[in-house]
Amino acid sequence: MGETLKPGSEDQVADAISWAVSEEKPLEIVSGGTKRGYGRPLQTACTLDLSALDGVALYEPDELVLSAAPGTRVSEIEAMLAEQGQQLAFEPMDLGPLLGAPPGQGTLGGVIACNLAGPRRMSAGAARDHLLGLRGVSGRGEAFKTGGRVMKNVTGYDLCKLLTGSFGTLAAFTHLTVKVLPRAQRVRTVLLMGLEPAAAVKAMTEALQSSHEVSAAAHIPAGLIASIPVDRISEPGASVTAVRVEGFGPSADYRCAALRQMLDHWGALDELHTQNSRAFWQAVRDVRPFWPDSGDERSVWRLSVAPSEGPGAANRILDHIDGDAVFDWGGGLVWLALNEPGADSVREAVNQIGGHATLVRAAEPVRAANDVFQPQPGPLATLSRRIKESFDPKGILNPGRMGLAD
Amino acid sequence: MEMPAPDQTVIERRAEIVDALRAIVPGEGVKANEDELRAFEVDGLTAYRQLPLIVVLPETTEQVAQVLRYCQADGIKVVPRGAGTSLSGGALPLADGILLGLGKFNRVLEIDFDNRCAKVQPGVTNLGITRAVEHAGFYYAPDPSSQIACTIGGNVAENSGGVHCLKYGLTTNNILGVELVTMAGEIVRIGGKHLDSPGYDLLGVLTGSEGLLGVVTEVTVRLLRKPTSQRALLIGFPSSEAGGDCVAKIIGAGIIPGGLEMMDKPAIHAAEDFVHAGYPLDVEALLIVELDGPEVEVDYLIERVEGIAEGCGATSVRVSQSDEERASFWAGRKAAFPAVGRISPDYYCMDGTIPRRRLPEVLKRTAEMSRHYGLRVANVFHAGDGNLHPLILYDANKPGELERAEEFGAEILKLCVEVGGVLTGEHGVGVEKRDLMEVQFDEVDLKTQQRVKCAFDPDGLLNPGKMFPRLHRCAELGRMHIHRGQMPFPDLPRF
Repeated sequence: MGETLKPGSEDQVADAISWAVSEEKPLEIVSGGTKRGYGRPLQTACTLDLSALDGVALYEPDELVLSAAPGTRVSEIEAMLAEQGQQLAFEPMDLGPLLGAPPGQGTLGGVIACNLAGPRRMSAGAARDHLLGLRGVSGRGEAFKTGGRVMKNVTGYDLCKLLTGSFGTLAAFTHLTVKVLPRAQRVRTVLLMGLEPAAAVKAMTEALQSSHEVSAAAHIPAGLIASIPVDRISEPGASVTAVRVEGFGPSADYRCAALRQMLDHWGALDELHTQNSRAFWQAVRDVRPFWPDSGDERSVWRLSVAPSEGPGAANRILDHIDGDAVFDWGGGLVWLALNEPGADSVREAVNQIGGHATLVRAAEPVRAANDVFQPQPGPLATLSRRIKESFDPKGILNPGRMGLAD
Repeated sequence: MEMPAPDQTVIERRAEIVDALRAIVPGEGVKANEDELRAFEVDGLTAYRQLPLIVVLPETTEQVAQVLRYCQADGIKVVPRGAGTSLSGGALPLADGILLGLGKFNRVLEIDFDNRCAKVQPGVTNLGITRAVEHAGFYYAPDPSSQIACTIGGNVAENSGGVHCLKYGLTTNNILGVELVTMAGEIVRIGGKHLDSPGYDLLGVLTGSEGLLGVVTEVTVRLLRKPTSQRALLIGFPSSEAGGDCVAKIIGAGIIPGGLEMMDKPAIHAAEDFVHAGYPLDVEALLIVELDGPEVEVDYLIERVEGIAEGCGATSVRVSQSDEERASFWAGRKAAFPAVGRISPDYYCMDGTIPRRRLPEVLKRTAEMSRHYGLRVANVFHAGDGNLHPLILYDANKPGELERAEEFGAEILKLCVEVGGVLTGEHGVGVEKRDLMEVQFDEVDLKTQQRVKCAFDPDGLLNPGKMFPRLHRCAELGRMHIHRGQMPFPDLPRF
């Protein structure tokens, strides 16, 4: 590990990157540093530490907008929002614990750079859908802005989308503005016990096709249920298929009752109220069943597929390699923990089915030897490479983090 | 508004280009007669007209790819077009460019209720998608006011919104994937039925790129279940401040209405005179609040909003008791543009977005400008998301009035940027606001965007003259100035 640069202002970020360009010293960009193990491992001369760019600069609850520096902890932002009855609606997952870091350390910059979202992704969007504007410094050492602070904006290209999920390979963020939304007064989770994944996805599909505005739908198999910190779920020891509704009291109650009636034909039913629901969905969000604190050191893959294909995709892989699968997004998000890296089986399954797979957790040599992200077909890879070059012609920012092309 | 000087050598080769295009798209698909071209000379921004060199209407993705490959190889400019409803001149033709119409791509390819999505061709109208799925209780959420005519391809190009986008999002939040043909004629698939493709979010940057990055030949859209009930409130206020305060309090109470629209006095009067919606005429601001969802939720929220409105000094509150009454509340708002068209020979619709709390100040200064320019203005406002549509009334037959209206419009947009907003919330930059981009963005911002254009279209052949005030060669944009030996600030912490 070489020198660490810790700028305290946007000018200093620009200066640090300009210096790195002139010295041809690639930079690893970090803020909280909790997701260093996510993506292809880096071998950079220097580290650009953005953690000194910290703090919420603007929060106007009735305008639904918040601006903060990239090093601001998400937990701090969420606490501030909760005081006003608001939240980050994309429900950003706290990836740290899955990778072995303590909970609550992740920063806004990291969440945006990795486009993290949680169970509410399918109803409320991902980080990409909530970033309104940003300032940053490109690999040219130039400070630039894009977007703004208003909800509705089509002025120029939407570079916010391009930069969200770019894993620090295009620019170092210096200022981020996000849309915030009301936090539900009441949460209800309808539980179905004992279903197999294929039936679970059918039940979740039925719920998601209804007019009951389901905000999340997940399935956890029996073998992993003990890790869920909600007694009502972990004690029976059966698999759980969970469907969440949120909103004002009368509405959440009504929809919960209506869903229970509708899903009754799937067998054993139960429900969770607000506090238990929050604990349960946080565990789903952060993939609690695969945390290494209980000794789980398996490789973890994240598959995004058409929801109806989730169980099939998991089966194709688990037929060849021992492991476990957790389903979120009504079946569209599959978290797999495998006893071996399994890259060939995973890629083959995804190529057959459509969608993509990311190797979220694996030992460094495994991530160095395999594509962490889904390899892109030729023309798409060419476009991506040209975009990288346009922002960072000298390959200074997180080179190689996303794959071989960058 | 100046467009890039037409390339005479291309214009002189017209006959040869027509032949080449006919070899790719046989029969009626290539239009070269002036009469036929006339139908394509203008889009929704009617102040600007230009006959295209040639119109091509391909029917297959492969034809699109071949046309673009040919144009790239021969250095011919291309303007893509859906239904031509752009309000910013996004589909304004070029004298030395072919117009690539996607109107024949009008099929719904697949409806997948299990995965709550549909695959459609770009020429399907926005409303056509909903028509195709509503039998099963589903719909496509973004609803631009031109939804009966505008196409999903154009919606992707412009990132179209609508009155429900505060709650349901814009086009960019409601599409999952596209098939795209690049200017080099390569066919690329981005996304699909799954979410969040890895790699750079090309789908995100493509949406709203105004036809400058590629030609979309297929779109996968998300489908939502229709809410089971909808009710609306019609609330009058003695001042725009009181109306704005009410909007802030509704949102502050955690309520995100399906629709939240405000009109000022001139707009209220024009609309009422036109459709007799029963709007109160003694108010300065009128708010339409629409709530949707399960009946129990809607009824509960109607009461909450009613209480909030009364607390904000509302002078009249009506709650819809039937779908007919709800429709009557909307009738005036939906007819606001034609209603204004009735009281003035011409009107010019602006589209800035502002932080909502700055509304009273923006309205006041707009009124001052109105006096200064001697032109009337009526305002309709997507109050939930801060998107303001001032309608400037003018008469194009009076010498100099169009120019004055444009100047007035530009002043309003500059004001929007000054108070922390943006030039355009949903209509796009196009040719209309191209020269104002430097008000909102500095040179580095714009060059950063233009380099993305270069990544997709290095020769700058796709829809040139739109969005960017200055054209730069990609080689020039790509150049980088490195200052060797420059050290970071001495106070930069290093470890």
